Amino acid sequence: MTGRTLRLIWIGWKFHVKSLTLSAFFILTSVLQPIIFASVAYLMFDVGAREGTLLYVALGAGMMGIWSSTLFGSGGAIQWQRWQGTLEYCIAVPPPFLLVIVPLTLATATIGLYSLIATLLWGKLFFDVPFDVANPVAFVVALPVTVVGLGLLGLILASTFIMYRNANALSNLLEYPVWLVTGLLVSLSLLPGWVGPISWVLAPTWGVNALREAAIAGNPWPEIGMCLALGAVYLVIGHFALQQFERLARERATLSLT
Amino acid sequence: MSLSGRAGFARSAAGNDRSTRSKIARPALTNLRVFFIGGYLSYRALFNWMHWSYYIPTMLGAPIFQVLFFAYIGRYAQVRNDEFFVVGNAVQLSAMAGIYGMAMTVGGERWTQTLSPLMATPANRLPLFLGRSLPLIANGIITSAFAFGVGWLLLDVDIAASQLPALAVVIAASAFACTSLGLVVGALGLRVRDVFFLANFVVYSLVLFCGVNIPLESLPNWMEEVARVLPLTHGIEAARAIADGASLSDVGSLVWTELGIGACYAAAAFGLFKLFELEGRRRASFETI
Repeated sequence: MTGRTLRLIWIGWKFHVKSLTLSAFFILTSVLQPIIFASVAYLMFDVGAREGTLLYVALGAGMMGIWSSTLFGSGGAIQWQRWQGTLEYCIAVPPPFLLVIVPLTLATATIGLYSLIATLLWGKLFFDVPFDVANPVAFVVALPVTVVGLGLLGLILASTFIMYRNANALSNLLEYPVWLVTGLLVSLSLLPGWVGPISWVLAPTWGVNALREAAIAGNPWPEIGMCLALGAVYLVIGHFALQQFERLARERATLSLT
Repeated sequence: MSLSGRAGFARSAAGNDRSTRSKIARPALTNLRVFFIGGYLSYRALFNWMHWSYYIPTMLGAPIFQVLFFAYIGRYAQVRNDEFFVVGNAVQLSAMAGIYGMAMTVGGERWTQTLSPLMATPANRLPLFLGRSLPLIANGIITSAFAFGVGWLLLDVDIAASQLPALAVVIAASAFACTSLGLVVGALGLRVRDVFFLANFVVYSLVLFCGVNIPLESLPNWMEEVARVLPLTHGIEAARAIADGASLSDVGSLVWTELGIGACYAAAAFGLFKLFELEGRRRASFETI
């Protein structure tokens, strides 16, 4: 990877983080929605008979916010550029389209950190959720790795938005199932056996496990490694999907259709 | 008066009578047209929803996973049985079409710059906006019924077939009440630019406050008080009682309360529409996006 490529990713990421931070809708949704869902989860676990720490719930609820932010942010940004008529320019610029999109999807996952922070603070302030991280170093490493893993998963999602105008329906559909099958609030052992392999290929499964292991003094490094490996696989798939969808969109002249 | 004169007077009187009747009937007919045809066209204009590739994932697909998600959390946290979550979420899903639909109705007009022409029409505002809510109530009932079907098929839920008509009445009452709240959101859409944020906030708040996934008695007191003035709370309570074998007359007071709450929100929405229309004209803010 050349210095120029890294610079492009860095500048693009900074630009999109700033621009998403200026969107009151995006920030409020990134903070309020996870807080409300976290409150539902805290109250459910509070009422329920299961013993256990609320930190497990807090981290899961925070990760829910990161996923929602990635899901709606990655797709929404492509749709927004299409509505503004700038998608063609993004594709026509000299750098590969992949390098234009990756910073964007990474930025949407980064904005999801607002969700995690808000959820943890909310839990601490109103539900007495203990926030004692046993392995702070591993936690600090696990956090950006998780964000990168989810951001690169967002790349695959974003590629479909280039091709299909109604792909944002996919965003509406995919929020709850990923929350469920990645075990953010429910132990995977409770779900049917066939759900297991699906959860293994999704970065949020490993991301939330890495954060939980780091928080409770387990060994998060295998999960961090899996998150990175999956991110690399997503990058390759996203690269080919983008190439293919971009070619088809050019052939069918559907880039600017809203 | 001659015979012909009398006949002429009679014709003239009949003519006046017809003219008076038509003067009264014409606005009524126009209002009915605005209500039914305007409402139908507006629903069709929510173009995305009319396309199966958008409607199925959003209005039918997502609800399946919402029901499953909360039912599994319920199992894991050992809160209540599956029926509690299926009934709560299925009734709550009747709110989705009403609230998002009304937000999109006004927000969409603003986005496509047609809000000003709409506000310039002489159409009576009551049928204009109430008509838009009617298809959304029907949509809410369909989504809710579908979620019940999914819960029955995939989870451990057993509701007697004889209870279904009563359940349908409760769902219809809840869909009406939620769409009335959606009308308030739509009315606020005349004033605020980001009506979609507001719609999200309202829908999520209903999930938190109305006893959808948390037994009402387990909520803090102040939350329970808030829940009592929100739509859904009484509807969900009635639906759970019916699922457990109660008759419609047993839950009559809950259903009437739900309808009453809906009527209050509808009246408040109408007042807000009037107020914000005046405000919008004064501030020239209908085209702000």
